[in-house]
Amino acid sequence: MARINDVGGTQGFGPVDTTDDTEPFHADWEARVFGIWNALRAQGVFNLDEFRDTVESMPPTEYLATSYYERWYLALVALLERKGVIAPGELDEPGGAR
Amino acid sequence: MTSGDPAGGHSDASISRKVRRLETLLEEKGVLTGTQLDEALDAFLAGASPASGARVVARAWTDAGFRSRLLADGTAAVRELGYMEGAEQRLRVVENTASTHNVIVCTLCSCYPLRLLGPSPSWYKSEAYRSRVVREPRAVLEEFGLRLPETTDITVWDSSAETRYMVLPRRPEGTQGLAEEELAALVTRNALIGTAVL
Repeated sequence: MARINDVGGTQGFGPVDTTDDTEPFHADWEARVFGIWNALRAQGVFNLDEFRDTVESMPPTEYLATSYYERWYLALVALLERKGVIAPGELDEPGGAR
Repeated sequence: MTSGDPAGGHSDASISRKVRRLETLLEEKGVLTGTQLDEALDAFLAGASPASGARVVARAWTDAGFRSRLLADGTAAVRELGYMEGAEQRLRVVENTASTHNVIVCTLCSCYPLRLLGPSPSWYKSEAYRSRVVREPRAVLEEFGLRLPETTDITVWDSSAETRYMVLPRRPEGTQGLAEEELAALVTRNALIGTAVL
């Protein structure tokens, strides 16, 4: 089954925004997500293929509605829950949505 | 379509709070320390810059033996210069010629020769670039201001988990007298991706 990330050749995404952003991250939280990801991967908590699979099996509507590093955050949480590192719901804020 | 927008579809304050919460939770559980996280980030940012790819290109322009080795086995050749030590991926370097232009993409996600080019630009990760450059490369390159002659063949290389690509651009005319460092300074990141020429 094709997954939503498999966009090669798909039509309708419009022109490329060719803005030449040279900064690796556009907000501090993006850098933190990257840092968490890199540190956990280095420790062997998960490997690259598992992580990619988690991003790429996101529901299409969620995938298309989120930014690049938001997907990384969501995939990190899903993967850590699946591996039992954190419990489902453990990240919920008191009285608030996750 | 705002997907891939660096700012994201959701509020920055909200996602920022969530990430901090995840970080705190991982620290509380002893899975991760703040120091490890900072080190993971610093190590990545320190090592990754398009200056590395530019240095490889300048060496290839000035050393025919290195150029041959680079095109035959990119990973082994860049290791001669100290790059990609211990990398899990293979590097394949594709050479632009008078008749062929190369451009790289990762249609499935964002695979990119990070160790030689630094973090990828947002457009490289966008659905627009990933979906269209394999279907209508000429039109996409024109959006970057690059208009290639109709007679130039364009080859698009789709990266994978195992193989990363980098373009070896053509050496600009009139640069015969330049030293290797001066040549490296002429090489841009987009030329290494193939969305620009020099």
